[in-house]
Amino acid sequence: MGMQDRVGMKDLDAIVGRAAAEFAAAADPAALENAKARFLGKSGALSAFRASLGSLSIEEKKSAGKSYNSAVEKIEAALEARRAELALAKMDARLAEEALDVTLPGRGRGRGGLHPISRSWRRIEEIFASIGFEIADGPEIETDWYNFTALNNPENHPARSMQDTFYVDLKDESREGAGLPLLLRTHTSPMQVRYARAWVERFRGAPKVPPIKVIATGRTYRVDSDATHSPMFHQVEGLWIGEDVSFADLKGVYTDFLQRFFESEELEVRFRPSYFPFTEPSAEIDLQFGSGPLKGHWLELSGAGQVHPQVVRNFGLDPERYMGFAFGSGLERLTMLRYGIDDLRLFFDGDLRFLRQFS
Amino acid sequence: MNIPENWLRGFVDPKLAINKLAHLLTMSGLEVESCRPVAPPFAGVVVGEILAVEQHPNADKLTVCTVNDGREALRVVCGAPNVRAGMKAPLATVGTVLGSLEIKHTKLRGVDSQGMLCSARELGLSDDHSGLLELAADAKPGSDVRKLLQLDEHVLTFKLTPNRADCLSVLGVAREVAALTGARLKNPEVKKIKPGDKSRHPVRISSPEGCGRFAGRVIRNVNAAAATPAWMRQRLERAGQRSISALVDVTNYVMLELGRPLHVYDLDKLKGAIDVRWGRDGEKLLLLNGQEVGVDAAVLCITDDSGPIGLAGIMGGESTKAETGTQNLFLESAFFFPEAVAGRARRYNFASDAAHRFERGVDFENNAPGIERATQLILEICGGEPGPTVDLVKRLPKRKPVRMRVARAQKVLGIDVDAKQIESIFRRLAFSFRRKKSEFIVDPPSYRFDIGIEEDLIEEVARLYGFDNIPAHPPRAQAKMSAPSETRRSLHAVRERIAACDYRETINFAFVEPAWEADFAGASNPLRLLNPIASQASVMRSTLLGSLIANVRYNHARKLPRIRVFEVGRVYLRDPAAADGPLTVAGLRQPVRVAGAAFGPALEEQWASPARGVDFYDVRADLEAVYAPCALRLEAATHPALHPGRSARVLIEGSAGSGHVGWIGELHPRWQQKYELPRPVVLFELEAESLVQAPLPRPSQPSKFPPVVRDIALLVDGGVPAQALLDAAQAEKPPIVQEVGLFDLYQGQSLPPGKKSLAFRVVMQDTERTLTDAEADAARDALVELWGRRFGARLRA
Repeated sequence: MGMQDRVGMKDLDAIVGRAAAEFAAAADPAALENAKARFLGKSGALSAFRASLGSLSIEEKKSAGKSYNSAVEKIEAALEARRAELALAKMDARLAEEALDVTLPGRGRGRGGLHPISRSWRRIEEIFASIGFEIADGPEIETDWYNFTALNNPENHPARSMQDTFYVDLKDESREGAGLPLLLRTHTSPMQVRYARAWVERFRGAPKVPPIKVIATGRTYRVDSDATHSPMFHQVEGLWIGEDVSFADLKGVYTDFLQRFFESEELEVRFRPSYFPFTEPSAEIDLQFGSGPLKGHWLELSGAGQVHPQVVRNFGLDPERYMGFAFGSGLERLTMLRYGIDDLRLFFDGDLRFLRQFS
Repeated sequence: MNIPENWLRGFVDPKLAINKLAHLLTMSGLEVESCRPVAPPFAGVVVGEILAVEQHPNADKLTVCTVNDGREALRVVCGAPNVRAGMKAPLATVGTVLGSLEIKHTKLRGVDSQGMLCSARELGLSDDHSGLLELAADAKPGSDVRKLLQLDEHVLTFKLTPNRADCLSVLGVAREVAALTGARLKNPEVKKIKPGDKSRHPVRISSPEGCGRFAGRVIRNVNAAAATPAWMRQRLERAGQRSISALVDVTNYVMLELGRPLHVYDLDKLKGAIDVRWGRDGEKLLLLNGQEVGVDAAVLCITDDSGPIGLAGIMGGESTKAETGTQNLFLESAFFFPEAVAGRARRYNFASDAAHRFERGVDFENNAPGIERATQLILEICGGEPGPTVDLVKRLPKRKPVRMRVARAQKVLGIDVDAKQIESIFRRLAFSFRRKKSEFIVDPPSYRFDIGIEEDLIEEVARLYGFDNIPAHPPRAQAKMSAPSETRRSLHAVRERIAACDYRETINFAFVEPAWEADFAGASNPLRLLNPIASQASVMRSTLLGSLIANVRYNHARKLPRIRVFEVGRVYLRDPAAADGPLTVAGLRQPVRVAGAAFGPALEEQWASPARGVDFYDVRADLEAVYAPCALRLEAATHPALHPGRSARVLIEGSAGSGHVGWIGELHPRWQQKYELPRPVVLFELEAESLVQAPLPRPSQPSKFPPVVRDIALLVDGGVPAQALLDAAQAEKPPIVQEVGLFDLYQGQSLPPGKKSLAFRVVMQDTERTLTDAEADAARDALVELWGRRFGARLRA
């Protein structure tokens, strides 16, 4: 008992204190393990104490054993804490080492982009598709019949000189074609004829032909080349034929379209009488922005009108029963106004410095 | 067409400022392109009478003039070469502002100058700066030059649509103005001129289907050399017609005023009777413009005993033209049917004012009034003795009454316009009509060639009702669902996919240089344009590759190191077997293609990846991404544009025909050199149709059992394509083999000569149970055996 009182308990406290200090001083896991051996190892500081327990009474043993166990726990806890500290420090060091310059540019593949004309093309199709228009396509080298005659523009008609036509060295040998040279379509209107005829054919024999609602976009060609005219350009053609589709509907649809296309309610649309062989009444559609650099100017945008009864007949329909409107707009013009481009030639130069701005 | 305001207001004078009037006309279908004043707004320029001219003491090129300004004699220094005593010229008095110049009392080289004598350019009237603008000798000194020259008016420039030939004159526009504004139309002053003698010239119309009417008149003893009066010259000039001679000016004047083309012959040059008939093969004619043309049975001619002397309704001939020495003349005022004139001038490659009008339609009731008006003007200017007007009428256009139903007009226009409003509109248009309840029967006037059907009248109603007054109905449509197909991509989606692979879209002309067709398509007979804008844009492309090479060159020339472009467009291929169809034209095919070109580094230059030039396999990977989920196969083959050892056909399973959908390869080094490109270009060109297919996914259940993997490294002849081994494995693999993929290629010194090593990873799996090693090994051995048997492949040691 006396011995215990003299050295035992005090020594244990000191050993725990020393262990804590030495663990804290260990700078790395190896030093920590060495320190551990000095206190918890076979010849460690606690072993002597443990060996001395044998000579004690049962009572003394009980109390000294308790103290011993408590000291072991404390030292082991201190050891674990230090181990965790060292592991954390090691991780921190590694993370610091692994730090990146996050401001460096990303690696790998870049991304291209669509031509501005294609952007408008797609957008226009989406806008009209939202009210149920279908999308049509058709040949660019056309027959005289589809490009002119079917559209009520017979040979030698003065309206033909409105459009200077490219011809190719291949003739239309069909009965309607009468050996006339094939041509590059001067407008997208032949597509409306092709689509409408196919549609009517589809419903041959039915009591009623459902409404024809179609958008046809594509390349068109005219013999004209200067700063404001390109020999190749794009048009978008719209056609809506039903039993009571009126000029007032044309005004509504086209005005709505322009407001959606330019995402602005702040624009004015004006229809004024004009002439096209394939529509009557015919209109020229002008647009005026309410803000921006072009504010206050009327800009010619589109030709439109109620489809001429002869053309409706050429679709294979009775104009007494079916009527509707058609319009044709220049895609370049719409695109230039949309993005603020002022030189038509930029579209066809293939200059990537221009094109890469559309990503 | 230009119309001077005062001339127009002489016919109809609404109380409307000229700009308002111009807007009104534009909004009713006569587009006014411009409305500009004939002179800038200056004040203080008067008629100056030059009394004396002396040399300037200190300057060789200047004179010192004494000028009467109506009140006093002023001293004015002048530099004009044409200044002379007795002449009258515009004098800008002190205080006048001309543009940015204010006229001051000043000293010029030491001599006092109290004003400025002006040229036409200094007044802003024209570009003429050759000398002082000489004013009429009888102009009163001191009077306002603006009044004298009628400078307070505007000129309206019209851009008329081809249906409104009736507006190709002052009278025509005046009729329209009267209809729009309600202002009274003052009928042109046309008095019948009593004949002074009985001279006439015989006229015959052999082809009444071409010439329906021919009014003529002889006028004898004219002074054809008389000067055109200033007022007429001024009006003609403002209308855009140069003054030529009195007789020509009169015919032009009447044409502009009444829309009535006329022609003047020198009576003494006519050989026998005039006959209007179709031309005959071999006949020739020298025209007034100096052009000699051959005619045929499609060309209507004015002839006499000598043969054709004019192209009817287009242009007169040199042999019978009136000149300043002409004494006796014959005036022609005919009606030619539009179909007999249309297209003829264009065929001869020129245009004339007469043809422009006749092919659109000329009033067939104003032949005689036109002659009377011209006679009156000729007598005033040139004197002479007129014979009687002989008006030969053979056949006139039928003006069938046109019916218009009120209900139809309402339906077509979408407005509630009523019969009363329509009646008022027709009245304003001076149409003669009858109303039967809710129908109108209109007799179109002789000057309107654009009113033959109901819609023509509906258009008139809409124009005068005002397009602005027609409401804009919001779109009405059935709420029928529609959605893009899941198994067909739009070309827009294809574009997006290609753009996602770092290509930028270009749009190029469809007509190209013939050399491109030869080089890049091996095409010896491309479709040619009959009328190209330039020889380097004269053939229709059968490949997009030439255009893309041009894009690469353009951008390379602008120092762009890395160029990746693509285009979606049609190509044009002769095909005698192609027939007419709903979407096809006989004799050719016009498929849409998608093509691309990659040039320069594989990746944009950057810190993270080593620089490397783009190659075949980079572009192949792009195509794989674009086609996914469809797998593409390549097959070595040669193409005129491509490197013969680095080009391949692209095959897609399930595509039409052989599955051949296009080409991929490196530009042939020959073209790389010819087109001056320092590095290879990798190209592809595909049928768009193959890219829009998007098969619906049909997934299978994943196996619950673990896969077993075996790698096989083979040694094969260098010439054996990897695809052949893969295809063989695909066709004959044991059922447990799920995938066979190539993961390594080695060609090097350590291999026997002519050999290469290919390493495959074989993934095996069963859906019912876990495979044993023995089963996997057996399957691997089966593949090795297969490849050995078919391709002489050995396991690499």
